[in-house]
Amino acid sequence: MLNDLRRKQLRVFLRNRIAVVGFFLTLLLILIAFFAGYVAPYDPNEQNVYSRLTSPDLKHWFGTDSYGRDTLSRVIHGSRISLAVGVCSIIFGMVIGSLAGMFAAFDRGKIGNLIMRAVDVMMCFPAEIFAILFLVMIGQGMDKLIFAIGVVMAPRFARLSYGTTLSIREREYIEAARALGAKRPRIVLKHIFPNILGEILVMCSLWTATAIRVEANLSFLGMGVPPPTATWGNMVRTGVSQLTNAPWLSIFPGLAIMVAVLAFNLIGDGLRDVMDPKLQQG
Amino acid sequence: MKNDILLEVRDLHTHFYTDEGLVKAADGIDITIKKGKTLGLVGESGCGKSVTALSIMRLIQEPPGKIVKGEILFDDQNLLKLSEAKMRHIRGNRISMIFQEPMTSLNPLLRCGNQIAEAISLHQGVSNRDARAKAVEMLQKVGIPDPEGRAREYPHQMSGGMRQRVMIAMALSCNPELMIADEPTTALDVSIQAQILALMNQLKEEFGASILLITHDLGVIADMAQSVAVMYAGKIVEYVDVVRLFDNPMHPYSVGLMESIPKMDEVVPEDKILRTIPGVVPSLYNLPSGCYFQERCNEAFDACGKKVPPLIEIEPGHLLRCWKYGQQ
Amino acid sequence: MIKYSIRRILLTIPLLLVVLSMVFVFVRLAPGDPAMAMLGQYATQEGLDALRKQMGLDAPMWLQYLRFLGDLLRGDLGVSMLNGVPVVDQLRVVLPYTLELTVSAMVLGVLLGVPMGVYTALRRNRSADYSGRVVSLVGISIPSFFLGILLLYVFSVRMDLFPVLGAGRDGDLGDRLYHLVLPTLSLGLIMTSYIMRMTRSSMLNVLNEDFVRTAKSKGLQERIVVYKHAFMNALIPVVSVLGIYFIINLGSSIMTEIVFSRPGLGKLMVLAMKQRDYVVLQSVMVIYATLAIFINLFVDLIYGLIDPRIKYG
Repeated sequence: MLNDLRRKQLRVFLRNRIAVVGFFLTLLLILIAFFAGYVAPYDPNEQNVYSRLTSPDLKHWFGTDSYGRDTLSRVIHGSRISLAVGVCSIIFGMVIGSLAGMFAAFDRGKIGNLIMRAVDVMMCFPAEIFAILFLVMIGQGMDKLIFAIGVVMAPRFARLSYGTTLSIREREYIEAARALGAKRPRIVLKHIFPNILGEILVMCSLWTATAIRVEANLSFLGMGVPPPTATWGNMVRTGVSQLTNAPWLSIFPGLAIMVAVLAFNLIGDGLRDVMDPKLQQG
Repeated sequence: MKNDILLEVRDLHTHFYTDEGLVKAADGIDITIKKGKTLGLVGESGCGKSVTALSIMRLIQEPPGKIVKGEILFDDQNLLKLSEAKMRHIRGNRISMIFQEPMTSLNPLLRCGNQIAEAISLHQGVSNRDARAKAVEMLQKVGIPDPEGRAREYPHQMSGGMRQRVMIAMALSCNPELMIADEPTTALDVSIQAQILALMNQLKEEFGASILLITHDLGVIADMAQSVAVMYAGKIVEYVDVVRLFDNPMHPYSVGLMESIPKMDEVVPEDKILRTIPGVVPSLYNLPSGCYFQERCNEAFDACGKKVPPLIEIEPGHLLRCWKYGQQ
Repeated sequence: MIKYSIRRILLTIPLLLVVLSMVFVFVRLAPGDPAMAMLGQYATQEGLDALRKQMGLDAPMWLQYLRFLGDLLRGDLGVSMLNGVPVVDQLRVVLPYTLELTVSAMVLGVLLGVPMGVYTALRRNRSADYSGRVVSLVGISIPSFFLGILLLYVFSVRMDLFPVLGAGRDGDLGDRLYHLVLPTLSLGLIMTSYIMRMTRSSMLNVLNEDFVRTAKSKGLQERIVVYKHAFMNALIPVVSVLGIYFIINLGSSIMTEIVFSRPGLGKLMVLAMKQRDYVVLQSVMVIYATLAIFINLFVDLIYGLIDPRIKYG
């Protein structure tokens, strides 16, 4: 029966052409990020005084900046930062967030309540503001960025897993497991986690998109991974002052951000259809 | 004789085109409802009862559903041939419907009185004020205390039984000739069930309406209906008046249904527990060839596996779809 | 309803208090000595001590915290560490710019997003729905600064239709509105995408509800079933997420203000960040969080007003 469901889910996902496009786009991005050194035509930080601010041509597809650095190569290398920060921060946020949410749903005592109130408070801040607050405190850098964005995303996971756990908690088999004397961490691991995994996966891909966008925003504001490392956000940031004479400097990295965020959103959207409970009833 | 027939469904086929394949939810349904009488439509959930009802109302969601074949004759016109505008004039006015879930069948954002008045002002062309007065009158008729006050309440402020009374008031508000009740009491407490059924019977007499009563509960049928159609997997398997069905059910499925009713007045011997029909309803995606009931039937023989039995009249007014009784 | 409102309003107070405390803690934990940052690396020890005393930084943490809250209550947000201008005065100047931008973007989002969501829901799985889905997915994927840059490039740089910089002359309403168009579009189109997606899915849910079938069974016209019965019910979940969307909108406005060089909270915040002006930074954060909390309160109160289940709960 489970196999039937999985097969049905796979079919729904594959028939959703939008989601399949997203899946291959993401795969492509990950490959590019992984093999950036081989894919990129130039060294991203190599300066070349003879080809400064050249507009896109066959030699430099995305043009060059005022130091003569190849924009395409910088965009390719920038994908590493965006994807790494996006994915790592979501993994980090998912682990602490969903553990906290599951704990709160199971505890339902003072501590659980406190956790969910803290979640409410954190959700009051726009993501960028909350992340900046953290970065001001702990300073800049890739690891700190991952930490900050992860903390910003964690409350969403906490809310999600709190709600799902609460509803699953009431189901009989968990009562039964408890009656048999199973220990709490065991119940969470064996019964609850597999059940909420589907929903968490959907949100993981949607929220990875959010995390990549937040990273780009922070980079754009100058709070991301500091230069000379190329990130999409800081490329746009430096390029925007030359919008009139060298629009390619901000438009290509901007497009890259959009495509990456879109790819994850497409997957999430498709996965959500797949996880639709209506599908599982029928 | 013909004049006392209100609704006649002939060879109705309603199909659903789903991801998993074709579902023949109503697979050649024939039923007749006489004026002022109640026809019970019985069967397990998923056998196509509600689809038949929605087909009569022409409320099948399309896609995925579609009425592919058949005739629904109401007052000498084929409902399936009517324009949508003409059909709207019949819906809620001459044929109305009560649904299973009183908790979700009323609009949570509108006051109950207004929801009733909406149908009245639509079909009877009276002013809003008169419609509202009529709505209050209807609420009183269905036995709601303080109808004035209740008319101003929202559905969430009422209990399930109250809401179903509101639904009945809404269904009767335009003096319909036919009321389709799809499991009207299934979602209610047992004590409320009896009240609602008594109310429906009383109002049917008062308004002279006919009822198509859909249920899986034979007890309800015994209280309400004059004739019964037993449905299984999209087909009618037995069609007879209620007395003969209870005295002498003939189709093995009907027999099984009868045996699974607990009888209050009989002392059950200790060695005999309540009988149930073995097995489950076959998936409508892949029905067996031959009689659809064969896998669960303990009287099946080789003819059952070959061809679907036809619905034949084995005695006057008694239709049956079973190889056991007629093997022409 | 009154009970609900009062409870909802009272809930805001502890929330506000916690948020303010968080801002205080975070900013105090930030590395670097504000006094040092102000006087530069050539400051003398005496100078630093005097300044710390003046700024109250020598007091114990709890006293600083109480002073921080007390000052906030009195509406005193301190004095900028760099130019000595009271922060309240700075905020008073920039806040209207941010408000006009975010509110107009939100209005645009509702005005476009709701009808488009309904339209695509009614044409489910047809070409209008598919293109709507793709466009709105792009809309929620595009960073606000990039949409701003694209609009700026096309309409200001290439076509020269709109101004490139600033928010327009003070007191000249036409000029202000003229400068507001592109920033509003760049935020508002993103909001449109969010609201459109939410409206579509909410509408699709409601169209499957039993009461819609009841409405049809009454013989009502399709139009009345869709707009009177389904649409009104579909709006409730949309309204309830508007608060969350406004918070997203508020976050995105920071980048938009930078792209269009508009004065506003975001611009002030980035400047304060660069200059390590913690007094201003802290105040801007407080304002952002307070705005978000009050918008949420506002949305919840409206929600209570339109949903009889809460109104007469």
